[in-house]
Amino acid sequence: MLGILMKSWRVGIVTRNQQAKNRKFGRSWHIRHVDCGSCNGCDWEMNALLNPIYDLQRYGLDFVASPRHADILMVTGSVTKHLQVALKKTFDATPAPKIVIALGDCASNGGIFKDSYATLGGVDKVIPVSIKIPGCPPSPQEILDVLLAQLQKKVV
Amino acid sequence: MAAKEPDLIQLLLQEFSQQTKFMGAKAGNEYYLEVSKEALPEVSSYLVKHLRASLATMIGNDERSINGSFRLYYYFAVEYEEIFIVLTSAINPVEPAFPSITPLVPSAQWYEREVQDMFGLKPVGHPDPRRLVLHHDWPQGTHPLRKDFNLDSLEKLPSSDYPFGEIDGTGPFYVPVGPIHAGIIEPGHFRFSVAGETILNLEARLFYAHRGVEKLAEGGSLEAGLNLAERVCGTCAFSHSVSFCQAIERAANVQIPERALFVRTILLEMERLYNHIGDVGNICAGVGLALGTSHGNRIKEAILQLNQDLTGSRFLRGINAMGGLKKDISDQQLAALKTKLEQLAGDFTDLAEILLEHDSLIQRLRGTGRLSLVAVEDLGVVGPSARASGCIKDWRKVFPHGVYGQLEFEVAGETSGDVLARLKVRVNEVKTSFDLIFQLVSQIPAGAIVQPVGELVPYQAALGWSESARGNNLHWVMIGPGNNIFRYRIRSASYCNWPAVPLAVQGDIIPDFPLINKSFELCYACTDR
Ligand code: SF4
Repeated sequence: MLGILMKSWRVGIVTRNQQAKNRKFGRSWHIRHVDCGSCNGCDWEMNALLNPIYDLQRYGLDFVASPRHADILMVTGSVTKHLQVALKKTFDATPAPKIVIALGDCASNGGIFKDSYATLGGVDKVIPVSIKIPGCPPSPQEILDVLLAQLQKKVV
Repeated sequence: MAAKEPDLIQLLLQEFSQQTKFMGAKAGNEYYLEVSKEALPEVSSYLVKHLRASLATMIGNDERSINGSFRLYYYFAVEYEEIFIVLTSAINPVEPAFPSITPLVPSAQWYEREVQDMFGLKPVGHPDPRRLVLHHDWPQGTHPLRKDFNLDSLEKLPSSDYPFGEIDGTGPFYVPVGPIHAGIIEPGHFRFSVAGETILNLEARLFYAHRGVEKLAEGGSLEAGLNLAERVCGTCAFSHSVSFCQAIERAANVQIPERALFVRTILLEMERLYNHIGDVGNICAGVGLALGTSHGNRIKEAILQLNQDLTGSRFLRGINAMGGLKKDISDQQLAALKTKLEQLAGDFTDLAEILLEHDSLIQRLRGTGRLSLVAVEDLGVVGPSARASGCIKDWRKVFPHGVYGQLEFEVAGETSGDVLARLKVRVNEVKTSFDLIFQLVSQIPAGAIVQPVGELVPYQAALGWSESARGNNLHWVMIGPGNNIFRYRIRSASYCNWPAVPLAVQGDIIPDFPLINKSFELCYACTDR
């Protein structure tokens, strides 16, 4: 037990300081991740947002376990034929108003896999996309910047 | 070609003088034996049972444009000789079938099902001939890796149901999970048959993330192939790129400069570090121990940032080249790396100490998700998952690549085969990785970083490999005309290990599934490709 306390004390605060300018309190977004055929690079960068360095929850953002609880679908990967139905169903299960973010080159336009027999291309081939975040993969900081910028905009 | 074949080959040729013919050695240690397809099961089983070889990968190839046939290549690794014995058989397109070796060599099960999907070659006698890579809604007769496969016929897939195995009796019921999961995880469908909370049976239906990577590479340049290799899997990107480059380098018979080999080895260890440390954290997430998760992910993030500083990519993309490296890492950078890693090594030691003394954590992990040594050997499980069950094999030792042959290290191993054992193996491997990087940084020679690979002769092929955080990743490349890729086969570590997960969870309870799954930490992207 003492070890745990000492460890936390010694490490101190590691969170990267970020100013959420004009952050409007009372605004909170819940994000549901959908992997529709990524190489998992984008997924891991999204996952990194939960680590203590980026700590996305302090901005009122969080990942949720079901599309029914989500305001945002964050989709990674070029849509594979095997996942197009799941992607469409997840979209339909998300209550309106909803935003779809295509994360990474693959989700944005099919990326390196777009000409394959097994993929359809970017996410907008299957569901409407509001925001595209390019990169292969975009870094956690880049993803966070886009999310924070969006938070300050008007309600969808 | 080697001056003299190992005695093993002689023995094999004597034993099967009627059915086999020696075709020579390629890439130094790949010994090709032409086998009549009828004799495949018998010879394979002899290799495994009498010569202690293990099936490393299997490749199907459409060589009708070269010699009129399909061809199968079964790569058996003979670790104590550091060689591969390749059983190869021509399959006449008029009769697209071959006797399955799976009843005798169970680790062939997925390979043969995949060959059936992708080439339309039927493994006769396979105990589970259902589709594997292509889901059931693909039209009959579509075999994407045949050279005459037509993309246009495939705009829409009708949907149909997959025939899951069934459990009889009153009481048991099904719990379907996925393909979209609750966390930030990759897609796969799990069908649990449970009685109360206890898992009677689990069937995993995978290949949702099948992107057709192997086909995409065909006809493209080697450089384009390397780009794809780096995108087979995000978190093993470097290992996959090493395996691809090594396949080309072995086919071309080029010697890579020593400095490049050192840098590659350092980066392979960096990749292992961030994966293993993140996984230690994620195992804690599986039991709700937030402290372990936070520190695991904090240290992992620090290593990803070091990767970015060293190579410009958090996932170590864009630095490997065929024949060496695209860019060097300076000695100053390496010295700075060492200083930072020393601190992180201290942090990790603290964390590991806390975790391994944490009673309630240990109680959740001990005995959970047990995988037996027999299952490991039968299924051909690789990497930390195999080493935690007493199969102490590490391709850094048995098939040294990079400069592992010159380094001093012990291979970690445990015997209990449970989640705790898999955690301990990772903890020990992390310590080894830190130590290896310190050795490498202090010994790295100056010099060139790349030896250009010239034009390759068409239809040359070779295997490349590397030991990633999940086990060995094997890539096989056959060059075609114009220095383009004719066939690219990727066999990832996770591909070997997935079939073990359903065995490990039997008798455990559903709430422990995420924990057990995390302890294997298998990747879907590189399994599905
Ligand atoms: S954009 Fe790059 S990192 Fe993201 S899924 Fe595609 S290949 Fe992977």
